[in-house]
Amino acid sequence: MSILRITNLQIDVRTQGGPRAVVDGIDLTLERGRIHGLAGESGSGKTVTALAILGLLPESMTTSGSVVLDTNDVDTELLGAPRQVLAGIRGRRIAMVFQDPSTSLHPQLSVGRQLTDHMRHHLKLGKRDARDRARALLERVRVPDPTSALKKFPHQFSGGQRQRIAIAVALACEPDVLLADEPTTALDVTVQAGILQLLRELVDDAGLSVLLVTHDLGVMSAVADEVAVMRAGVIVESAPRQQLFTDPQHAYTRSLLAALPGSKLEESPEALVAELLNATRTEAIE
Amino acid sequence: MTRPLLTKDELEPTRLRWRRPRLRLGRWSSPLGITGAAVAVLWIIVAIIAPVIEPHDPLAQNLAILQAPGHGTLMGTDELGRDVFSRVLSGAGVTIPLALLLVVMSVLIGAVLGAIAGFFGRWVDELIMRITDLVMAFPTVILAMVIAAALGASLLNAVLAALIVSWPSYARLTRGLVLALRQSNYVVSGQLLGFSPLKSLWRDIAPNIVGPILVLASLDIGTAILLLSGLSFLGLGAKPPTAEWGSMVSDAIQNFDSWWLGLFPGLAILTIVVAFNFVGDALRDALDPKSNTLRGGGLTL
Amino acid sequence: MTTMPVLTASDVVVEYRGRPPLRAVDGVSLAIAAGEVVALVGESGCGKSSLARAVVGIERLGSGSVKFGSDEVPVLGIRRRPLALTGMQMVFQDPNSSLNPRRRVGDQIADGVRAAVLRGDAGSDPAEWLERVGLDPTAARRYPHEFSGGQKQRIAIARALAARPRMLVADEPISALDASTQTSVAALMRSLCLEAGAGMLFISHDLSVVRRIADRTLVMYCGRIVESGHTESIWQNPVHPYTRALLAAIPVPDGAGRLPITPLEADRLTWTEKIPDALERTAS
Repeated sequence: MSILRITNLQIDVRTQGGPRAVVDGIDLTLERGRIHGLAGESGSGKTVTALAILGLLPESMTTSGSVVLDTNDVDTELLGAPRQVLAGIRGRRIAMVFQDPSTSLHPQLSVGRQLTDHMRHHLKLGKRDARDRARALLERVRVPDPTSALKKFPHQFSGGQRQRIAIAVALACEPDVLLADEPTTALDVTVQAGILQLLRELVDDAGLSVLLVTHDLGVMSAVADEVAVMRAGVIVESAPRQQLFTDPQHAYTRSLLAALPGSKLEESPEALVAELLNATRTEAIE
Repeated sequence: MTRPLLTKDELEPTRLRWRRPRLRLGRWSSPLGITGAAVAVLWIIVAIIAPVIEPHDPLAQNLAILQAPGHGTLMGTDELGRDVFSRVLSGAGVTIPLALLLVVMSVLIGAVLGAIAGFFGRWVDELIMRITDLVMAFPTVILAMVIAAALGASLLNAVLAALIVSWPSYARLTRGLVLALRQSNYVVSGQLLGFSPLKSLWRDIAPNIVGPILVLASLDIGTAILLLSGLSFLGLGAKPPTAEWGSMVSDAIQNFDSWWLGLFPGLAILTIVVAFNFVGDALRDALDPKSNTLRGGGLTL
Repeated sequence: MTTMPVLTASDVVVEYRGRPPLRAVDGVSLAIAAGEVVALVGESGCGKSSLARAVVGIERLGSGSVKFGSDEVPVLGIRRRPLALTGMQMVFQDPNSSLNPRRRVGDQIADGVRAAVLRGDAGSDPAEWLERVGLDPTAARRYPHEFSGGQKQRIAIARALAARPRMLVADEPISALDASTQTSVAALMRSLCLEAGAGMLFISHDLSVVRRIADRTLVMYCGRIVESGHTESIWQNPVHPYTRALLAAIPVPDGAGRLPITPLEADRLTWTEKIPDALERTAS
């Protein structure tokens, strides 16, 4: 059962020399209760794709194609949807977690306030109910001592805890879909491991569906069920995780894995240097 | 190999990249900036060719006194029978070069002292910054008045007084920019390669701070004109019979019924000050790396 | 090591003013020989960058000493750096701020060449250096903003190496780069350093890349070296609990879908332990 269907999504950016495609007709289907990875390097268009789903693109970008959210058998077209429709979906049906938790949390509101505001707005909960739920949520994402954490401010937490709180805020209204844009990139590996475990649990236990955008194939290998590899606005390869890492079809995927220490296709450092010097890699041609 | 659809710069949504400030005429063309530049250039041309285009001698007292505009003169005559139009034109030649001189001098003095303070730090910094504090603690106009009065009323003394009060803002700005750049990786890299302090300042720091200083300077030309005219208005600048806008407005007060005496020099001051402000604003927008990304259509989320 | 180390740091302490003062580096000693690549790994805030900056002289030492060859490394101040010390160069994390945006890249590499010439080197062509880091030699006439992040970093590396250093200190040189170029740029740095007979201190939080390029590894936690020695020995058989946790937390990109192991909160207390056996580990 699919929950989010992206069909022929095209994103153009207005430039002085006319529109240019940032995302050039991609298709992606997010299944319910799965983690779908969207991998790619900076500039591949993976982040704008995530932003387009929620209608968060800057005005200089135009979209075409279709993004359909399918909840309770009701299909909602998100591209070009009116403001009110999007407002009802953002945070409520589709929530987002960003790379840097210190900028996605409001620095001057207590954690409790940030959690309950959403619930009271979207779910029309009373003060007390919202508070109880907020506490339960913090417990869910394993923030230690939830009761006192509610009263604290974001800067009083470590980076990893802040990302947990940001996830809790995203989950406040029980969204069906979580868009996670490089959620662990700014974190240390030991902290990253915890966040990945949390994501997996949320998907397996609570039936959340996650679109995981990251450049880190190690992260993909740990948690993604499906992986789409994006490059220059196009999905070059999309496959179940195991298959992608063991039997990649596209040359670009192979080149990514070749440069990835510990992968099955890893090449020796000497070979990588030789390639770099021969400028055969895409980056050198740029 | 096809060209990548988008370069990295355009798709780095979370990070605003610092870009090399560049003047691009295409984006510089905000209507206000163009208008301002046109008016400013026009006034500068007037200042240069004023002696040629004046219909009458600005100092000659040979016309009917206090004549309203229209009777043979464009802007009327003053209480001594001098042509107001000629005097306004001639005033441009007095005020504008002095204002430019003033700004250039304060930029030079301020930037050099600020760069020294920022780069060498410690007691040098302390000393220079305390002096700027001292100057900036007083209201600009009042301090300039006091200095001008102490030096004696003359246009050059007015410029000197204005210079004393206006260099500290450049020193502050330059110091801040130098301090920030001193820590930057490329300045440190230069030092690791054995650059001398002077080379560091000249090669690595100076080229990267001229932009903001230029903007402040262009915004300041208007202020300088206002300050010089103000001092003359108060009788601390140009001495009669020099045609200076500030002193012309001041003279007009004695003949309040003759509106043309004050209106035209006042308008002259107004237009040129506003014009230079527009130019400065446009320059700031054009050099600002952030507005660069914004208008370039890039992501700024 | 029979040869005299190029870089010797003994009991380096770096403190930042504050209340209470923050001790970022707490008595670290290390020695790096010519032609040796030593990696310094640890998580953010462990003091690895402070140590790197202290070693080069950008950060003032609280106590201890750093020697480059037989010269004491002075703090980078207003004064011009002593000539001999231009034999130690640094590569920074952020490629965007490593190059002067207003100067042609060729001229900036030429600065490196000039430093080498002043120390008695025959001199070299900046364009040639561009070629050695895999860039078009004609790019020397271009400005930094015309290059991608990875390319800028390689230009910064070329500039540092053009000074013919005997020691290169690299502070997270690959973490701002795209994943696909990280390993290759790191490997390039290694091969260029070996070629030049220079030592390299390579700071990174990415252990899997470090494993590919470092002869020795130092693991740092809370301002101290907790485990050090031969890279492969540490990787195969980590002794210190922090090293173990660090290695276990790295996701293995084999597509098996195994979650990396999350350290328990209680484990963190054991990470500051001093285990003498974990230090100076030899190849086995």
